Amino acid sequence: MSTVTINVDGRNLEATPGEMLICVTDRNGIYIPRFCYHEKLSVAANCRMCLVEVERAPKPLPACATPVMDGMKVQTRSITAQEAQKGTMEFLLINHPLDCPVCDQGGECPLQDQALGYGRSDSRFQEQKRSVASHDIGPLVATEMTRCIHCTRCVRFGEEVAGLLEMGAPGRGEHMKISTFLNRPVNSEVSGNMIDLCPVGALTSRPFRFAARSWELTSNFGISPHDCLGTNINIQTLRNCVERVLPIENAEINECWIADRDRFSYEAINCRHRLTVPMIKRAGAWEEATWETALTHAANGLKRLMDNGSAAEIGGLATWSSTLEEFHLLQKLVRAMGSDSVDYRLRQCDFRDDDIAPPLPVSEVPIRAFSDRESVLLVGSNIRKEQPLLALRLRNGWQTGKTRIAAINPIDHDLNFGTSHLLIAPGNSLVSQLAALASAVAGARSMPLPPEIRRIADKHRLTDLADQICQAGGNGLVVLGEAAQQHPNASLIKAIVHWLAEAAGSRIALLAPGNSAAGALANCQPGEGGRNTGQMLAGGMRGFILLGCEPELDCMDGKQALSAMQDSDFVIQLSAFRSESVMQYADVLLPMATFAESSGSYLNCEGRLQRSRAAVTPPGEVKPAWKILRVLGNFLGCRGFDYMDLEDIETELSPRTENPAPTFRLGKWRLEDMIEPGHTGLTRLSGMPMYRGEATLRHARALQSTADTPAPVIRVHPDTLSELGLKSGEQALLDDGDTTAQLPVKEDPRIPEKCIYLPSGFAESAMLGIHNRVSLEPLDGRQG
Amino acid sequence: MRLDLRQLYKTFSLSELRKGMGVTGKHFLKRKTTIMYPEEKTPKSPRFRGLHALRRYPNGEERCIACKLCEAVCPALAITIDSEEREDGTRRTTRYDIDLFKCIYCGFCEEACPVDSIVLTDIHEFHMEENSERMIDKEHLLEIGDRHESEIAAARKQDAPYR
Repeated sequence: MSTVTINVDGRNLEATPGEMLICVTDRNGIYIPRFCYHEKLSVAANCRMCLVEVERAPKPLPACATPVMDGMKVQTRSITAQEAQKGTMEFLLINHPLDCPVCDQGGECPLQDQALGYGRSDSRFQEQKRSVASHDIGPLVATEMTRCIHCTRCVRFGEEVAGLLEMGAPGRGEHMKISTFLNRPVNSEVSGNMIDLCPVGALTSRPFRFAARSWELTSNFGISPHDCLGTNINIQTLRNCVERVLPIENAEINECWIADRDRFSYEAINCRHRLTVPMIKRAGAWEEATWETALTHAANGLKRLMDNGSAAEIGGLATWSSTLEEFHLLQKLVRAMGSDSVDYRLRQCDFRDDDIAPPLPVSEVPIRAFSDRESVLLVGSNIRKEQPLLALRLRNGWQTGKTRIAAINPIDHDLNFGTSHLLIAPGNSLVSQLAALASAVAGARSMPLPPEIRRIADKHRLTDLADQICQAGGNGLVVLGEAAQQHPNASLIKAIVHWLAEAAGSRIALLAPGNSAAGALANCQPGEGGRNTGQMLAGGMRGFILLGCEPELDCMDGKQALSAMQDSDFVIQLSAFRSESVMQYADVLLPMATFAESSGSYLNCEGRLQRSRAAVTPPGEVKPAWKILRVLGNFLGCRGFDYMDLEDIETELSPRTENPAPTFRLGKWRLEDMIEPGHTGLTRLSGMPMYRGEATLRHARALQSTADTPAPVIRVHPDTLSELGLKSGEQALLDDGDTTAQLPVKEDPRIPEKCIYLPSGFAESAMLGIHNRVSLEPLDGRQG
Repeated sequence: MRLDLRQLYKTFSLSELRKGMGVTGKHFLKRKTTIMYPEEKTPKSPRFRGLHALRRYPNGEERCIACKLCEAVCPALAITIDSEEREDGTRRTTRYDIDLFKCIYCGFCEEACPVDSIVLTDIHEFHMEENSERMIDKEHLLEIGDRHESEIAAARKQDAPYR
């Protein structure tokens, strides 16, 4: 590509034609002050802070909006440039309040820094300053709009990156102000990034409000356990307390963004439900214990089961946010006791393809390639809520017009990009529509369709979509989301997707929650003769070791999980939090460190292994889970548990971690029989709200009051609702055959007809079966 | 050994003793500079840097806004502050501790304070009997400020033209 040469402050610099001047100077370490310019956002050129002198230009020009030309001569610190910058700064400060001492941005504020570097030392403005009323825009972002300098970074972020036009700039001139439209709250799942973008203290973090100053915080590199990207986060601490979390830029993974889930989950670390001492249940009563007593109690309980010959009935369940080392030690411990029943796939129902399953649930394309696919097919994926940062990448590709995205989803999810094809397929029609698509792909490729797929395909004609996928070939991607993985016929979906991708030449990405890929890498799943989550929870287990999981909330079928726990003789829970419902059935509670307090490795969806170091020491008697499992292994007299430190475990795992094959290909595929619901009537659709899927998230206070954590409400299509004789907002009686619950109903046209949607992860909804026939009736008396 | 006549004369005439007694005699009649502490005290500059205090506004509201500039500027790291949002939405400290053993009484905290909250009073007569007493907390600091507000205000007023 041809380059041009420009001269900036006497230095000759190479540049691409058409590039903006500020990009060239940034690349070469020449700093030009700016407020509105941001490399990930469009150019607005409205702050005028980046004015520079360009030879033969009559006036100073904004560097962010001036394309380079060959032979251009630029002065960034000439008298003219300095005067222009000083003048701009004086105007910006006219209406900006001088409240830096109480402003949370103080100390890390570009306006403060640049006023010092480029402004006057005194103010000539004597008149009244403007003041702007601030509105409550939600529990995550605090506003102080008098401080706003109208750079519109937040507006452009919402419009361009997040895909939600929530912030805007109504009014003109003196009356212009930045606010949400109609003072609605900001509901974006990546809204926290506006706090980072805001160059002044107009938008600040609400949970962090007034807690600390930027200069006194210590930065620690960390990995977010909540998404499958291994987002790089900066865990900032003060006096051994996590005060806030910021993104660390990594172009390969999270660019400069993080999701609110990663940013605000730290609140759980300091929450009052933390379990800080080991506890044991003696004669039905809970008492605090020393580690020695608690571990002896735990080991004795397990030994009793082993002596009774029920070693094989001891199961291990791990939450998806565990680290690689924790997954490894749990499976090693369970296997050392003589059981093979250990699993991390808490929300999966269909395990029929375990014998031919791929080695790792990962994506075949790297994360950065998500934005340059030609065609993307989402299968059962609400990617915006499941993996917000990958959704931003898909949106980026869709925005540039490169990517065409199609979706086959049980619900019409509110996605932040447009879809070329949208198929709503609740229940088993997800499988049959996917089979119909496979049949169309077979047609487009003139290939024979396997008869078992033809048998289940429905009558949809999807030639358009099939052409789109086939045309993209290797540039196409099929994304398997959580709804597909949790489907009762997940093995059929995976098999059809496998055939379809082979036929069309597409790639596959299986986006499992959190650190699931590490669970697979550590082989934290049942071997031959072992039981998987579904079989363990179906009953017959005598003992459980729960690693950070609360089965009644974390598992797909809360009722089944609870009864499995209650029926077992001995339950050990390693947890960071004290849970009333777990205390009903558990026998030993061992306090475990959270993600910021424990070192460990995370494997992301592209097979990248990243190590995170503990940022703080845990409170009270809390210990990292790997240490607890190690010592429990010693107490049980198991061999191979004499690790001195985390490195020993890493060394033990190195044969596996050195070359984790990032592939999602079944060695072979086969189609199981379709499991039919066995009833006609209402279908209950379920999903995990994004801030309910894991214990840490459930204890993060601010996240629990966002719109993404709705109160447990039954959402029903308006037509179905009126057929049932109900009105939106009324209380209704939900009956799943043996349990009833009284919950409010709400009409929602996004839910397909003849279906009800009730999110799981709540105490209110956990006790209702998942696959049973459900009925919804008006509440007698109707008092509500 | 040579006989030093000069030295001999000095020794026997008691000249050094008389010279010394002369100085004593001169000062015996002069005005005394010794003061009878603690009954009498020397005058102090309005800039005297003694014990710390936190001030309040005349309406009783504490001045401190938890900006933590004093904590940042303190060269001896003697100040520890925790802050949070008070119920009325203002920024306030929940902890304001000064370690009097660490403090070097440089007065930077007072210089840094944007709201004239932390001040060094002219109190220099204080002592501790226990090691733990070296830490003074927010309550104690505010109490010192309340007790000496008039003196603190007067000293600041006196010094104002030179600041």
